[in-house]
Amino acid sequence: MSSYYEASARERLQNLLDPGSFQEFLPPSARAQSPHLLQLETPAAFDDGVIVGTATLGGAKVLAAAQEGGFMGGAVGEVHGAKIVGLLERALDERPAAVLLLVESGGVRLHEANAGLIAVSEIMRAVLALRSAGVPVFVLDGGQFGCFGGMGIVARLCDAVIISEEGRLGLSGPEVIETTCGVEEFDSRDRALVWRTVGGKHRYLLGEAKEIVADDIAAFRAAALALLDAKPDLSLDALAAEHEALGRRIERFGSAADATDIWRAMGLENPEKIPVLEADDFRAATAGRRL
Amino acid sequence: MDVKTLLDRLFPQNHDVRFDGVYLSGEGETSRGPCAVIGSIDAAPIGVELAFQMAGEVLRIVREHPGRAIVLLVDTQGQRLSRRDELLGINGYMAHLAKCLQLARNQGHKIIGLVYSQAVSGGFLASSLLADRCYALPDAEVRVMNLPAMSRITKIALERLEALSQTSPVFAPGVENYVRMGAIHGLWEGDLAARLVEALDAADSADLRRQWGQQRGGRLLAQDVSKRVRHYA
Amino acid sequence: MEKLTYEFQGGTFSRPKNEAKLVGVVGSGNLEVLIEPADLQGRCVVEVLTAARGFGAIWQAVIADFFARYPLADARVSINDVGATPAVVSLRLDQAAEDFLGDAQ
Repeated sequence: MSSYYEASARERLQNLLDPGSFQEFLPPSARAQSPHLLQLETPAAFDDGVIVGTATLGGAKVLAAAQEGGFMGGAVGEVHGAKIVGLLERALDERPAAVLLLVESGGVRLHEANAGLIAVSEIMRAVLALRSAGVPVFVLDGGQFGCFGGMGIVARLCDAVIISEEGRLGLSGPEVIETTCGVEEFDSRDRALVWRTVGGKHRYLLGEAKEIVADDIAAFRAAALALLDAKPDLSLDALAAEHEALGRRIERFGSAADATDIWRAMGLENPEKIPVLEADDFRAATAGRRL
Repeated sequence: MDVKTLLDRLFPQNHDVRFDGVYLSGEGETSRGPCAVIGSIDAAPIGVELAFQMAGEVLRIVREHPGRAIVLLVDTQGQRLSRRDELLGINGYMAHLAKCLQLARNQGHKIIGLVYSQAVSGGFLASSLLADRCYALPDAEVRVMNLPAMSRITKIALERLEALSQTSPVFAPGVENYVRMGAIHGLWEGDLAARLVEALDAADSADLRRQWGQQRGGRLLAQDVSKRVRHYA
Repeated sequence: MEKLTYEFQGGTFSRPKNEAKLVGVVGSGNLEVLIEPADLQGRCVVEVLTAARGFGAIWQAVIADFFARYPLADARVSINDVGATPAVVSLRLDQAAEDFLGDAQ
C-alpha cells in the first residue's frame, strides 16, 4: 500500500501512471511562478502548486494535472489555473483517452483572488468544452486538503470522481462556514461530523463520486483504468435525468439534519456504523442502496 | 439599480418576468427577438434550490425555445454558507447549472451575463462568469472577499493590501478590476437595450477572456502560460 | 522574505546533460529544492528565497556542508523555503542531489 493521502502531487503522478511515462509541461525549471505572491512577500513555488503533463495509463495516452495541497492548500492562482486550462485545451488538440485531474484544493488563492476566481471559471469552461468535444475528464480526490471552493464545482463538472474515504468534496469548507456562521452551524473541529458531511463515503452514497477506493495509489490507478472507456454525455436527455435526480435529492433529504439521517432514509442498516467500515465492507454494506 | 427599472431599460418594448422569492425568470423582447431572462434579486445567496431552479429553467428554454438567447441577471452575495447545503452537495448543483448552460451554448443559445448589483465569489462563478460574455453596470460590486477579511486570513497587513490594490487589479474588490482582467467585457451605460443588442451580436462561444485580460494589461500571465502548456514540446 | 546566494568553486560532480530535479514542497516548515545543470564555468550556485529573515549564517553552514557531501559543478540549486529547520534543509538537499545525479548521463 502506498498512501495517496500522504503522497505529494509528484509522487501521486509517478505512482498512478505507467512507470516512467510522465512528461511534464512547463516544469519547475521553467519557473512559471506567481508574481503576485512574491509581490506580497509570500514564498512562491516553481510550479505554482500544480504539475501538468502527459503520460500513459495502461498504455492509453492521458493528460494529467495534479494539485499540490502542501503549497497554499492547492489554491488556484493565475498561473496555477492557466496551467490547468492550457492542459485542457491541449487535450482538444491531442484527443487523449482521458484527462485526469488529481485535485487537492481549498479553492481560490486569496493573494490573487480575482485572478484565481476567473481562472477557476476558465477551468470550468474548458472542462465543459473538452467534454463537449468527446474527451472524458476524471477526478481523483484523496488528498489531505480535500477539494473545495471552485475546484469542488469543477470536480462535479467532470465525467466521474474517484474518491477515497479520506477524500473530501464540497464547496465551502467547514472552517469557512464556522467562521462566517458560527460553531453551532458547523463545528469544523468535529472531525466525525466533517467526514460524515463532506467525506468520501457520503459523496459516494449520494452518487457524486462514482467510485470509492482505499487510500492507496494503486487503488486509484485501478479505478481510473476501469473508467477509461467512458464517453462524456452532455445531451439534453442526460442533463434532464441529472436534473430529476437532483430534484429528488432535495425532496427526499432537504430537511435531513445529518448524513446519518440521509443514509437511514436510503435504507441503509445501522447508518451510525457506516463511518467505521473499511472500504470493501462499506461497498458491500451499501451495494444497491446508493443513489 | 433595482431589477424592475433594469428590466424596463433592457427591454423597453416588452418584458414578462415572474418573481418567486429571490428567483426570477421570464422573457424580454429585443430588436433581435425574444430573450430568456434568468436571475436573482436581493443579493441572494445561491444555495441548492436556487441553482436547481436556474438549471431547470435553462433546460426548459433549450427544450421549448431552441436557440433563444439567455440573459443572466444574477444578484448574489455568494454561495449559501450552510452545513445543510454542503450535506446535499451544493457544488454538484452549481456544476449542474454550469452543464445546463454549456448544453445551451452547444445548441446555439447565446448567453449574456449582466452583473447589475452584486456578484461575489462562488455565486459569481456559478452564474455570470459562465456566460459567453459578462458585463456589469458601473456601480455593481464584484469581489471574492473584502480586504479586511483577506488581511486576517493571509496575515498580510491591511495597509499593504490597500496600497498594492491601487495598482494591481489581482485581488481587490471592484468591477473595474474585473474589466481590466478580461472577465467583465465592459460596463453598460446609457441605452441598456442597445448595449444588450450589441452584446448579443458580438457574443462568441469561445472563451476569450485571457486574451482580453492580456490586451487590457490586467492579467498578463494567464494567456501566455496556458498557451505555453498547450503547445509545450 | 530574504534572498541569499552562495557560490562554490572546485566541484567535481558535473552532469551537464542530466534533467533538472525538484524535491520538497513550499509549505510551512518545508522547502523545495530545484537542481538543474547550468553553464557556470564550473561553479555551483545556490540561491535561497526564504520566508524567514536573519538566518544567513545558518544557511551558509548548511549549504557548505551540503557542497562538501555533493561537490556539484555547473549546477544551479534553487530553494524556496518556508522556515524549514536545518535538518529538513539538509535532507531535501541530499534528496535533490541524489535524484539529480542518479540520472544516466
